[in-house]
Amino acid sequence: MARIGVFICHCGENIARNVDVDRVAEAAAQIPGVAHAESYRYMCSDPGQRKIREAIVAQGLTGIVVAACSPHMHENTFQNAVEGAGLNRYLCEMANLREHCSWVHSDREEATSKALELIAIMVEKVKRNQPLAPIRVPMTKRALVIGGGIAGIQAALDIANAGRDVVLVEREPSIGGHMAQLSETFPTLDCSQCIMTPRMVEVKNHPRIQLYTYAEVEAVDGYVGNFTVTIRRRARSVDESKCTGCGACTQRCPQKKIASEFDAGMGQRPAIFIPFAQAVPNLPVIDRTRCTMFLKGKCGLCAKACPAGCIDYEQTDTLVTEEVGAIVMATGFDVQPPTLYPEYGSDPDIINGLQFERLLSASGPTAGEPRRPSNGEVPRSVVFVACAGSRDPARGVPYCSSICCMYTAKHALLYKHKVHDGQAYVFYMDIRAAGKNYDAFVHRVIAEEGAQYLRGRVSRIYRDGDQLVVRGADTLSGTALTIRADLVVLATAVTPRPGSDALAQKLSVPYDAFGFASEAHPKLRPVETNTAGVFLAGTCQAPRDIPDTVAQAGGCAAKVLALFSADQLEREPVVSRVNEATCVACFDCERVCPFHAPEHRELRNRAGDLLRVVSHINEGVCAGCGLCVVTCRSHSIDLAGFSDEQTFAEIGALAPF
Amino acid sequence: MSVAFYPGCSLHGTGNDYAQSAHAVCQRLGLDLTELEGWTCCGSTPAHNTSALLSVALSAQNLRLASDQQRDSLVVACAACFNRLRSARHEMAHDEVLRGRVEHVLEAPAPLDVRVDHLLELLLDTYGLDALAARVRRPLTGLKVACYYGCLLVRPPEVMAFDDAEHPTSMDRVLAACGAETVDWPGKTECCGANLSLSRSDIVVSLVDRLLDQAKRAGADVVAVACPLCQANLDVRQTDVTAQTGHRYDLPAVYFTQLVGLALGAGADELGLDKSFVDSRPTLAGWLS
Ligand SMILES: Cc1cc2nc3c(=O)[nH]c(=O)nc-3n(C[C@H](O)[C@H](O)[C@H](O)COP(=O)(O)OP(=O)(O)OC[C@H]3O[C@@H](n4cnc5c(N)ncnc54)[C@H](O)[C@@H]3O)c2cc1C
Ligand code: SF4
Ligand code: SF4
Repeated sequence: MARIGVFICHCGENIARNVDVDRVAEAAAQIPGVAHAESYRYMCSDPGQRKIREAIVAQGLTGIVVAACSPHMHENTFQNAVEGAGLNRYLCEMANLREHCSWVHSDREEATSKALELIAIMVEKVKRNQPLAPIRVPMTKRALVIGGGIAGIQAALDIANAGRDVVLVEREPSIGGHMAQLSETFPTLDCSQCIMTPRMVEVKNHPRIQLYTYAEVEAVDGYVGNFTVTIRRRARSVDESKCTGCGACTQRCPQKKIASEFDAGMGQRPAIFIPFAQAVPNLPVIDRTRCTMFLKGKCGLCAKACPAGCIDYEQTDTLVTEEVGAIVMATGFDVQPPTLYPEYGSDPDIINGLQFERLLSASGPTAGEPRRPSNGEVPRSVVFVACAGSRDPARGVPYCSSICCMYTAKHALLYKHKVHDGQAYVFYMDIRAAGKNYDAFVHRVIAEEGAQYLRGRVSRIYRDGDQLVVRGADTLSGTALTIRADLVVLATAVTPRPGSDALAQKLSVPYDAFGFASEAHPKLRPVETNTAGVFLAGTCQAPRDIPDTVAQAGGCAAKVLALFSADQLEREPVVSRVNEATCVACFDCERVCPFHAPEHRELRNRAGDLLRVVSHINEGVCAGCGLCVVTCRSHSIDLAGFSDEQTFAEIGALAPF
Repeated sequence: MSVAFYPGCSLHGTGNDYAQSAHAVCQRLGLDLTELEGWTCCGSTPAHNTSALLSVALSAQNLRLASDQQRDSLVVACAACFNRLRSARHEMAHDEVLRGRVEHVLEAPAPLDVRVDHLLELLLDTYGLDALAARVRRPLTGLKVACYYGCLLVRPPEVMAFDDAEHPTSMDRVLAACGAETVDWPGKTECCGANLSLSRSDIVVSLVDRLLDQAKRAGADVVAVACPLCQANLDVRQTDVTAQTGHRYDLPAVYFTQLVGLALGAGADELGLDKSFVDSRPTLAGWLS
């Protein structure tokens, strides 16, 4: 005989304002099978939870319905409370009287009767709930980090320093990402290279980090705790084991005029190159799309120049397989090229923020002196344009890129520090400087450095002789402006790295319309994804600056380490199960499952003869979404805790009302 | 597709060289440009300055005529009429209440079945650049043209949906197909002052001065326009510009149809080249037979 307890929460006034909670409690007590019903101001508080525990013990309750907020908010809280009183945690259900009722209705009478219906539904469900036990799966305590920017580096170091092995995969020939390209960083103006390169070296020397550069994740199989990852190591055409990084090869290469990726096109590199002086690993790579040997079949100058005989034009890609238990995606961002708006034209003296960083960087092509790409002269007047593509739903991206207000202020300041008599103008929409000490930084740039901030948009940029003419509006004074500039720096929009959507698909991680990977919950699970065991660090999830990136990467490391802290993996038992007797082996479930949980299971008799092949859902992988349940044409799949029987009973509960 | 031509008041008056050249072009290309029977004023600026309903209803009345005459599209040459007609259609499609009021005034259902196309769109999309290029008899090789779109053709972008509002290239592409060299210049979509020409000619003079200066600096031999008011401002005001600023440009402002017509082999009189204040014939002499 079911003895259900119903606990109705006022949620302060959130629920009680629109729902007559006392009347609901009285009526709920009359539902068949309900042995106890009461209401309380804050059910989730300690006294509230105590009420539940005491009632379970005193009244011998067999199931609990907490009528309160969304289960996303507090299901775990109440399950723990129920468990504390000796009842299985899966015998506790929530009826959502807040988001689904009081918050969305204004008529108190109607809301009250709806609240009672929601409770009746859950009472019928919980009567049929089965006690469930968590699923335990074995686990490989080794993490894969994809992307070697500051996010990936931080996550890898944090995990490795806590004593767990890490595999770090970086697509480019060197780790470092964008941070290695930056000059000095806001708001403290510490030199980016000086804080970045020691960490890169630490990664390389760490005994617990296996680093693969110039490599990409080809395939991901398995599930949390038990991923098998295939990594493609692209051919460097250089024997890593012999190369000393002397650079003799790069000196001899006849192809000297290739736009350098590291210098964002502001400098040039040969076909065989070390991306930058502090690269990790400090090894050259041949760009086969530009190398004379690969294009014309002859040259070989670098092979002749190399004293160690490392150059290997025949080298091929290799595939390696790694077993890991958790994955951190840290594939970072890109900035758009400065050519989005045709009315700005394309002119060598119109560049984007990243290119300006290279012109400001001591390691850059101008040794840190800002110079005009067109003629190499020092610009006497520079116009910075913020939101040059961001917050423009019509032509660019609708979101705020969140870092450009700050780096633009930094650019204006660094420019003034280097060109004392130069004038910096900044066109902006509004200034978003929400970080610690950020607003003060921007004000310093305006007040002390004399950067002229102009609130408005730039309508057109065109060349007039040796200079650029920038036409725009100053909406504060209501005037149209014409400014002559030597250099224009556009703060173009931050977008995810190309290919990060394809990687997200391999990892079964959803991503938004722009390609940024989606977290499981924007507030409560910001580094987790909907795929168990896969975490997000840095700008692959959303535009952000270095402090936030590092904090988030640390958060990822903590989650990975928490996962690895148990010997076995415990998972929610809300998973699908196949009735092998009725399964007709159509494998529609396999086709619809986004997590690749259904497997083929062979049924054999005692003699070992194959009888049939049926579907079997891997509990370690199943996310309990229920897609297979509704797809299965022979009704052979049920989701634990959400069986057909329960669902129909829930619907039936509405009949008497 | 069956089209009707909506000339609008200007093209029957001061801008009749635009009408003449448009007809000359279409006739040579075999495009039917029969005028809409019984057309009336689109309402222009005065109507939408006075009454939102009137301005939509006047344009809607012309769309209704086109619908009654079983036309799929109303082809417009004047940028201002084009703007009014497309806006009226847009507003009726997006504002149910307004649509109801217009239907009440028209005593007929809102004529949303008729499209509104600009002559440039007709040449680009219906006729096609390749077909146009194939008909060129006197390529405008060597002629440097600054294509001027002004405001009304392209703005507001949500309503007009004409090309790229900030950097249109339709006219450039049409004239390039005729062999002309179109210059990249910053004035494309700047305002010419429009009908401030009468009330605040000082503003028009300064705007026109800047436009002509920019076109000249970009190396243009002529400015091509798609609006009778733009043409008037850029052409007629040049003497005032010289008087007030001392800048002398002698830069002809011609309709793009006059240049296309030239390339297709039409003569100066047929194209109405004699109608403007700054005579374009000396500049275009090389292409006039
Ligand atoms: C112009 C400019 C100035 C800035 N200035 C500042 C500043 O002053 N202060 C500040 O706090 N922040 C600044 N930032 C922001 C800062 O650059 C970022 O917050 C930071 O670099 C983000 O690091 P990340 O690791 O997330 O991404 P990234 O630096 O982009 O690193 C991602 C890494 O992943 C690799 N990768 C990508 N895809 C794959 C793949 N499929 N497989 C393997 N590897 C892959 C990439 O090669 C790269 O190495 C600035 C940004 C810009 C554009
Ligand atoms: S073989 Fe290729 S990389 Fe080597 S020197 Fe020649 S062009 Fe450069
Ligand atoms: S951070 Fe500033 S400049 Fe960048 S998109 Fe946001 S508001 Fe615009």
